[in-house]
Amino acid sequence: MYTWDYFVQELVNGLTLGSVYALIALGYSMVYGILKLLNFAHGEVYMIGAFIGYGVLTVSGGAVDPMFPIWLLISFMFIAAMIGSGLLGVVIERFAYRPLRNAPRIAPLISALGVSFFLQNTALLLFSADFRSYDTFSLDNGTLFTHGIHFGPLNISLIRIIVIVTTAALMVGLALFVSRTRLGKAMRATAYDREAAAMMGIDVDRVIVITFFIGSALAGAAGVMVGLVFQRVYHFMGFVAGLKGFTAAVVGGIGSIPGAMLGGIFIGLAEAFSQGYISTRFYDLIVFGILIVVLIVRPTGLLGKADIKKV
Amino acid sequence: MTDQPRIGVDSWVAEVEERREAGRVRQAFERIPRSARFGAFIAAAAVVPLLSDNEYVIRVGVDTLIFGLLALGLNVVVGFAGLLDLGYVAFYGFGAYSFALLSSDKFGLHWPAEASLPVIVLAAAVTGLLLGLPSRRLLGDYLAIVTLFFGQAFVTFVTNGDRVTLLGHSGPFDLTSGPNGISGLDPLNFFGAEVQSVQGFFYVSLITLAVVMIVLHLAAESRTGRAWKALREDPLAAEVMSIPVNRLKLLAFAFGAGVAGVTGAISAAVDGAVFPDSYDIPILITVYAMVILGGAGSLSGVVLGAITINVSLEVLRDANQARWLFYSVILITLVAKLRPWPKLVAVLASLVAFGYAFHALVAAVWPAGTRGQAAGGDVIGRAVQDWVIRPEHHATLIGNYAFVALIAAVLALTLMRGVWRTVFLVPTLYLAAFVWENRLDFEPSVTRLIILGALLIVLMNARPQGLLGTARVEIG
Repeated sequence: MYTWDYFVQELVNGLTLGSVYALIALGYSMVYGILKLLNFAHGEVYMIGAFIGYGVLTVSGGAVDPMFPIWLLISFMFIAAMIGSGLLGVVIERFAYRPLRNAPRIAPLISALGVSFFLQNTALLLFSADFRSYDTFSLDNGTLFTHGIHFGPLNISLIRIIVIVTTAALMVGLALFVSRTRLGKAMRATAYDREAAAMMGIDVDRVIVITFFIGSALAGAAGVMVGLVFQRVYHFMGFVAGLKGFTAAVVGGIGSIPGAMLGGIFIGLAEAFSQGYISTRFYDLIVFGILIVVLIVRPTGLLGKADIKKV
Repeated sequence: MTDQPRIGVDSWVAEVEERREAGRVRQAFERIPRSARFGAFIAAAAVVPLLSDNEYVIRVGVDTLIFGLLALGLNVVVGFAGLLDLGYVAFYGFGAYSFALLSSDKFGLHWPAEASLPVIVLAAAVTGLLLGLPSRRLLGDYLAIVTLFFGQAFVTFVTNGDRVTLLGHSGPFDLTSGPNGISGLDPLNFFGAEVQSVQGFFYVSLITLAVVMIVLHLAAESRTGRAWKALREDPLAAEVMSIPVNRLKLLAFAFGAGVAGVTGAISAAVDGAVFPDSYDIPILITVYAMVILGGAGSLSGVVLGAITINVSLEVLRDANQARWLFYSVILITLVAKLRPWPKLVAVLASLVAFGYAFHALVAAVWPAGTRGQAAGGDVIGRAVQDWVIRPEHHATLIGNYAFVALIAAVLALTLMRGVWRTVFLVPTLYLAAFVWENRLDFEPSVTRLIILGALLIVLMNARPQGLLGTARVEIG
């Protein structure tokens, strides 16, 4: 059972999962970096993204007989999910977090918990408890799954390549945005010191809105990816994914963008290998164990910097 | 009172201010000694089983008391010490599963309650300490997510715990019976006296609640209790004042976990069975809503929150009763919030007129739009028949779109000011009634959860101190 093929298969599986977790972790990390707020509703934004992708697929005639060429359809799904999720994130920030910006620290966290629970059950009401399937096997006679790289034991389907490449592209885009543009600079300044940034003439509210939009859009893209590869979307999918995404953000060092990417890949690989080699039932607990160990050994994560608090 | 937290005033100052500003009724109420109020509450609760011989009603009472206990335990962690513990239900589940393992045919153990309850309380408290250990260095937020993950890990563990590999035991070992849960638990057995009737459980829960309330009241007034509040207000300042911050955090965790543990044991005995699903996120959110609604930090507040929410959720189960609740809550909110009263009358009158006009319009244009059936159908159900439209077909689909529109309308309403807000309020309320009649009243189980989530958001934004809590003030 434990052959080289099996190893490669789990490796690819881990990279795919890791891409998804990394995209979720980025949203967590960016928002935390700027607001020092844990956005519990982030997992639900990802879930809504997956449903938006499903909606676009259904409106376009379904997977069996789509009215667009396959690449165009997938692009539409990504774009719609990213815009929809991004706007949802902005709305959440505006109505659930912004009024609480000066409140005691625990208040926005409880509000976030409420948003998460509210969205989860709204999805349950609107879409019922059924599992929805993207049914990507039927797209173009399953080309996405049969084609790809086949080289000896190496077997990577086209869909996984799309996921990994899209993730990489989004990450490079984000890294360039944050490091090269004026707005990215404003984001870094706001994360470093919000008050000082405001004094320097940066419109902090606008920066926060843009951060929420970008972070949520990335989560929406992750939702579509999960739908494409693992097929199933349902109202509760955001919860566990949110926890894993958060773990990834902490492992990488919360607030650090390259850290979130690294952490995501790490958690994805850890989950795939523990699922493949240790236990198919308790792999969630193993990820939890990793979180605890990281928090004990290195609370700042792999790439995070220690937060020095001056009084 | 301003909405924004005022900088530079601490919670003690705020408390005194609030007492001075309180109305006459409240001042008179506050003048009654605490012990007398407490005694009156317990006495009033004690006669509930005597008033009704309907087992269902008493059973709701038992559940309410159990939720009250849960809320009290969570109050120690969240209300006193200001730590966001999202793994709290895991301790509740831990207590329940421990009781199930110690008092059922599962392993053939049948411990009497006087032996198992102290053991469970201690074990839960120690587990709380262990979970607190890795979290003790952490900021509030990390703690929240570690505990949330812990709660999830607990559910995963008991769901899959029917095939664990133990050291020195060949083959998989069945510890928790997996998703099927453990049933056939012993009744509570105190020194040979068995508690089996619903009434009996009611009194056991009530006595436990009274004891826990007294213990927590004494704890809150003690040196430790004051230190917890100092920790909640400003951990850094507390540490500078040489308060052992870490030890206090762990102690708060252990206290909360202990209360949750004993509650879990009692609830397992009441149900006679334990299932993994009973200790999942919905319960957590329910208990949080109770603590927040009642006012974190106030013992009587959280019990009041537990009573309000559990009774309301129970009422929501039945479509007719739920409708009563829905319209009365809307009416009470309008009466309480709309001032001066001519404005209130104007809004109510235009709401009624708007409904009839719209109904007549729809009936003329699209007759099928008003022929739908209501869920249930008592007095109000028939009364609103000519007021709110009920599509005959596709009510679910239309209701779903209307629900999304309702969320948008409510959000837009919060942004409006002045006369526009009042004008826009009327169609929003009508839309709410439409969604309620066509969608939510048909799905009580989901509606309960949606309401709980919305309640948390609204409370945090509108009244973070809840019903009886003290307005918290950030020290800047």
